[in-house]
Amino acid sequence: MRRFAELYDRLDMTTSTNAKVEHLVDYFEEAPPEDAAWAVHFLCGRSFERPVTTTQLREWTYDLADVPEWLFEECYITVGDLAETIALVLEGRLESATDEDLQLHEWVERLKELRRMSERRQRESITTWWRQLDTQGIFLLNKLLMGAMRVGVSSGLVTKALSEVSGLERPTIQHRLTGNWRPSADAFEQLVSDDTADVDQSRPYPYFLASPLQEDPDTLGDVDEWYAEWKWDGIRGQLIKRDGEVFLWSRGQELITDTFPELRDAGSMLPDGVVIDGEILAWRDGQPLPFSQLQKRIGRKNPSTAILREVPVSFLGYDLLEVDGEDIRDRPIEDRRRELDGFFADTHERFRLSEPIDADSWEELAEMRDGARDHNVEGLMLKRHGSPYRTGRKRGDWWKWKVEPYTIDAVMLYAQASHGRRANLYADLTFGVWDREGLRAEPGDLVPIGKAYSGLTDDEIAELDDWVKSNTIETFGPVRSVPPEQVFELAFAGLAPSNRHKSGIALRFPRIKRWRHDKSPDDANTLSDVQRLLEDHHGTVEADDSEPDPEQQTLFDA
Amino acid sequence: MTSQSEPLLRPQNGGLYCSAGDFFIDPLRPVERAVITHAHSDHARRGHEVYFAARPGVEILERRVGTKKTTPAIHGLEWGEPVRFDSVEVTLHPAGHMLGSAQIRVESDAPEHEVWVVSGDYKRADDPTCDPFEPVPCDVFVTEATFGLPIYQWDEPAQIFKQIREWWLDNREAGRPSVLCAYSAGKAQRILAGLTEWTDDRALIHGAMVEYCDIYEAAGISLLPTEYVTDMDPDTDFAGELILAPPSAFGSSWMDRFDAARTGFASGWMQVRGIRRRRGYDAGFVLSDHIDWPALLKTIEQTGASRILATHGKTDPLIRFLREERDLDAWDLDDAFGADGPYPEGADIGWEASEDGGGGGES
Ligand SMILES: [Zn+2]
Ligand SMILES: [Zn+2]
Repeated sequence: MRRFAELYDRLDMTTSTNAKVEHLVDYFEEAPPEDAAWAVHFLCGRSFERPVTTTQLREWTYDLADVPEWLFEECYITVGDLAETIALVLEGRLESATDEDLQLHEWVERLKELRRMSERRQRESITTWWRQLDTQGIFLLNKLLMGAMRVGVSSGLVTKALSEVSGLERPTIQHRLTGNWRPSADAFEQLVSDDTADVDQSRPYPYFLASPLQEDPDTLGDVDEWYAEWKWDGIRGQLIKRDGEVFLWSRGQELITDTFPELRDAGSMLPDGVVIDGEILAWRDGQPLPFSQLQKRIGRKNPSTAILREVPVSFLGYDLLEVDGEDIRDRPIEDRRRELDGFFADTHERFRLSEPIDADSWEELAEMRDGARDHNVEGLMLKRHGSPYRTGRKRGDWWKWKVEPYTIDAVMLYAQASHGRRANLYADLTFGVWDREGLRAEPGDLVPIGKAYSGLTDDEIAELDDWVKSNTIETFGPVRSVPPEQVFELAFAGLAPSNRHKSGIALRFPRIKRWRHDKSPDDANTLSDVQRLLEDHHGTVEADDSEPDPEQQTLFDA
Repeated sequence: MTSQSEPLLRPQNGGLYCSAGDFFIDPLRPVERAVITHAHSDHARRGHEVYFAARPGVEILERRVGTKKTTPAIHGLEWGEPVRFDSVEVTLHPAGHMLGSAQIRVESDAPEHEVWVVSGDYKRADDPTCDPFEPVPCDVFVTEATFGLPIYQWDEPAQIFKQIREWWLDNREAGRPSVLCAYSAGKAQRILAGLTEWTDDRALIHGAMVEYCDIYEAAGISLLPTEYVTDMDPDTDFAGELILAPPSAFGSSWMDRFDAARTGFASGWMQVRGIRRRRGYDAGFVLSDHIDWPALLKTIEQTGASRILATHGKTDPLIRFLREERDLDAWDLDDAFGADGPYPEGADIGWEASEDGGGGGES
């Protein structure tokens, strides 16, 4: 085990990712394949059934080292690692050091045998080994016994090193490591083998990525030319069923089938030869749960039934890339969706369709988008009718129109009766901010900054309507002026200089985020606050995120 | 063994004061007469009027406490050579910590007085640079507890020197310098001496070590040939060299000249992986000049002392262990002189407040 011990030390003592990969490469190139296989198993944090409990290990240590429990605890506090504490406390018990250096896989065999032994014999074996090994050997043996071999190496790094060793692409290695990969010499040879027929059947398509919409949606032309759906706040994935096998890929090209066994099971009911692009979401009672819930599932392979129950997931399909084994990415989106709608949601209750959103105008869409947060979604996706499924981030056909984070507190100046569902309710409001320096009005006056008509609950609208009706100062046709007493938090997509507005600034798609009963009008923002926002953001709405989402990239590397 | 009378030694001026003999052991503040265990700065300070120290350690002590203008008055004592302070006899015995490091045995003429031994820093491991530790029977043993936990058990030093040499050669093969951090006085020379078992290649040393190396060599201890880094052209190619540096040089601009260097640290603290990782050295060598746990227990037993006063480091676990598992009257050095200890301050003792004067007391 010396070679593995050396690798362990090197990995343990460096924080440099490159150095870690280098050490792993060195090891995989030299180690016997069976050892290399077990190293992959342990370093990826795969489970190994503990043959004994840590309590047993502790108790045997107290006896063998003649160290009382409280003193062992003192040591543990100083060392911070149980396997190491035991090894250090036992140092010097060395009785019959052997020159024999068992290979890692031979140790694994020994530990497997332990599982079948009585406690007395387990104790005998382990304490004998403890007397034969040096500190580093005891330490690693303890790590094996405790099934806690992780040493600051992610499966991502192991994959990277194996990819360097084999000259294969990382997804190929990842694919081979999933499912029921079991460590053995053959399994390791197969892992780095350059015959990739096995992998092709799992291969996902490159994702088509949406670009952030920074202009007014009007610039996209008529709303009818677009197909809108929610921008789901989950993990993008491709669900593949080929030759009876199911594969689930993250956007970071990581195979995550084992992380979501319920989707694997549901996927087995899909017809053969399909690839579905969609979103993994934590989902309960017909509703997506916040991303923070889904996060509990990330990075856990073979999750426990408890966590499966706590955070159930669904897969929302939004595109179909392959059907009957045929690549259909060039067909128009309506076609692909029609095919998808035809079978997907009926296959299993965990499968849903990302439903299209109908709207007659961009304003209506904007309003829906503004309410996105309440539905645990991030905004809207806009997909051009007739467009194919492209590769990468090609601008033009797919846009993401996210909810923006800009907010100010403003004072209500006027109220106007709404149309449609809220007809005759005073819910269409005009807001102002303080112009303390007299930049655009008399110093100390409120200057109108924008109008907003959405974002309040029905109860709030009723309350507001009452208040407006009983506090009206003047009526100008459908518009009523009110005393500057009510403060609202406004959220908007962006802001731009504008000569058509008295404030000199136009807010893009403002909506009411919250009625700030807790704030007095004096607490509201000033025109210079808003000007500063404008300067800071050069009038643009979103940061350019042409770089891949780092979260998406690293979700499974963490 | 109980003692109702005034103890032979009592903490004062940052060291231990013997009122019967009117002298201090390792005081931190200037006094008239100081008996010094060894020349490390937490034991040996400038400004005392007269120093007493073991003969082999006089030169290092002189270097530590002397100034350009003054040569301190140091009385060198041979091992076991008695020196008398009024009614008290003092002898020095090797502590094995560094060249000239001593334990101090104190005995009073008064009847039924306890014999005290102050260990200073000490170790039992092999060290060719100093005389080996010698257990000295006593009633009260004042021991260091720097590494007072069972996790601290040192390997044979020869093993460590071999590791250092192998590390040095590996780095040489990779075309890299090896910068090994170690304390300038004692540890560095121990490494240079230990490596002579494996090589006679030269090593480069930091300026802080030069004089100490000279002193060790003058004492007849063979070290690797050394060269003073600062004397060398800064454009020298240091690839393949071993450079010894004090830990304070780690990460300083002084290190810049050693292109692509691998760094190591030689210390008992390197025993724990988490500490090795946090310190940021590429390699940690567990080489200590302090006593490890098993040797500490063995030494305590060999002194035959019934009362153990522990100092230096986290003393609590050692004290509890000695009380519960060895049935000894063990105390933290400071607690022993507190209200609950065996040597509570007597109301008649007036000198505790006289922090400034070295000569107060009952003499
Ligand atoms: Zn010292
Ligand atoms: Zn010390």
